[in-house]
Amino acid sequence: MSAAWFLRRCLFIGYTLLIVTLLVFGITQALPADAAVMLLGENATPAALAAVRLKLGLNDPLWLQYWHWLSGLLHGDFGISMRTGQPVGPQMLLALSRSLLLAGGAIALTLLLALPLGISAALRRGKASDVIVGMVSYLGISVPEFVTATVLLILLADRLRWLPATGYVPLADSFSDGLRHLVLPVLTVSLILVAHISRMMRSEMIDVLHTDYVRAARLKGLPERVVLFRHALRNALPPVITIVALDVGYLLGGIIVVEEIFALPGIGRQLIAAIEARDLPAIQAGALVIAATYAVANFLADIAYALIDRRIRYD
Amino acid sequence: MTETLRRLVRSPQGALALLILAALAVLCVLGPSLAPLDPEKINFLARFKPPGAQFWLGADQLGRDVLSRILVGARTTLPMAVLATLTGTFSGAAIGTVSAYLGGRADEIIMRTIDAVMAIPALLLALLIVNTLGKGSGNAMIAIAMAFAPGMARITRSVALAVRQQDYVAAALARGESGGWIVFREMLPNVAAPIVVETTIRVAFAVMLFATLSFLGLGAQPPAPEWGLMISEARGFLHQAPWVIVGPGCAIALTAIGFNLLGDGLRDALNPRDER
Repeated sequence: MSAAWFLRRCLFIGYTLLIVTLLVFGITQALPADAAVMLLGENATPAALAAVRLKLGLNDPLWLQYWHWLSGLLHGDFGISMRTGQPVGPQMLLALSRSLLLAGGAIALTLLLALPLGISAALRRGKASDVIVGMVSYLGISVPEFVTATVLLILLADRLRWLPATGYVPLADSFSDGLRHLVLPVLTVSLILVAHISRMMRSEMIDVLHTDYVRAARLKGLPERVVLFRHALRNALPPVITIVALDVGYLLGGIIVVEEIFALPGIGRQLIAAIEARDLPAIQAGALVIAATYAVANFLADIAYALIDRRIRYD
Repeated sequence: MTETLRRLVRSPQGALALLILAALAVLCVLGPSLAPLDPEKINFLARFKPPGAQFWLGADQLGRDVLSRILVGARTTLPMAVLATLTGTFSGAAIGTVSAYLGGRADEIIMRTIDAVMAIPALLLALLIVNTLGKGSGNAMIAIAMAFAPGMARITRSVALAVRQQDYVAAALARGESGGWIVFREMLPNVAAPIVVETTIRVAFAVMLFATLSFLGLGAQPPAPEWGLMISEARGFLHQAPWVIVGPGCAIALTAIGFNLLGDGLRDALNPRDER
């Protein structure tokens, strides 16, 4: 991995974000809602509507609106929420910090469980433990977050009363209470990821274990530990890293639903509220913040990919 | 082809998958005539009736039979999910293979643009698109297809990239074959197996995504017996009547399990290195 390659990747992040702004702006500006009507209500006078349109620049050509929005973004100005009248930027960043707590917890739990599970299942292919891991992962991968969340809610909160059902307590206010509120959302989001990634790890590992170079390494008389970690795992991991990086997108999507169900005031809940209220600046800012988070995760995955598998060169 | 099918049926997961999916196919075709009761009939006297002789899986907040609604609901979910996945897969696979074949600067530009689109999570992209097009089943399907295409392109490309470096592609280039020949005759058949597996698994995701969109109020609209919508409507009553949530939840899970099992079974059946 050379410095030039690294620099180019940084440039690509800029390109990614530019395309994302175009996409988000394109999709949201095509929303079939008149921002002025939304702001003032159905009964507003035409004169008042015209005044608001002028103030928000809704009469300008689209490219000019895009340019105003983009140059605002570059100055850290995400616009004013139509719902609350407050600047969107700080609101979204605060929400993002809560979501990152949820996402970070989920990824940590996922990697901790999924990689060992997948590898051991591959090594014991066909044995009882493989079958059990397989069945549980089929279940995990086949239940969408909103079902898992609702079932966990019924069991752990409504029936057993072990955990609070919904809401959010900042960790700074009360660490233990804050943690208790995070358990259900983290569990819900992790379940599907553990299932997916352990499955991928298992099948990549099985593929690699059947290759000639692993057979050759075994025939050379190398210790099984060296064969597994130096030869097999090293070649099975890169595709899995790609899958993990792809799953971060899935994770960020899952967070939207999970936050909505557990009333966790993160970026996903903000976004749903914004979509329901057709609050344009908030929708745009929310989508952009989520996309930027994902772009950074992808960047990190690419670096990991290049470090692990030196045969892949991006030049 | 027949060899693959034979291996698929012989594996326990493949056989189970085919069994589940055959049952679902029958449901989609015969749906309404199999339902014991009218799925839309409101009966206030039967509100929140627990599972029993009359209502096998209980009755919902309007006294409608949950089992009948689940059986009829297969029609509203399954064809949509399959169609959305196929559309997304074909467009994605084409983009990915072409990109890998072109290589160099074109590949770079295509993939970075795909990356940019993928920086918007599938659910979020689908949410934004459905919101733009208007809520409803058809629009949810289009949104899912559009959300799937970039992911499929990326996966296809990474497989195709490995294929491209194989000697037989170099041989075809040396023979002076045309670009179209190399993409469709040399590369696509070799990237097809992983794509078929991924597509099958993605139908499961599509079922879940469609249910999620309906759950959020953007997919199927009431009073449709769509599984995600049923759970969304019953959510306010989860304390009184958890069975209204359990039934459709199991239906979604069973459908997704069917496609996931098929994907895994196909993977094993298609993998010629796995001969024993």
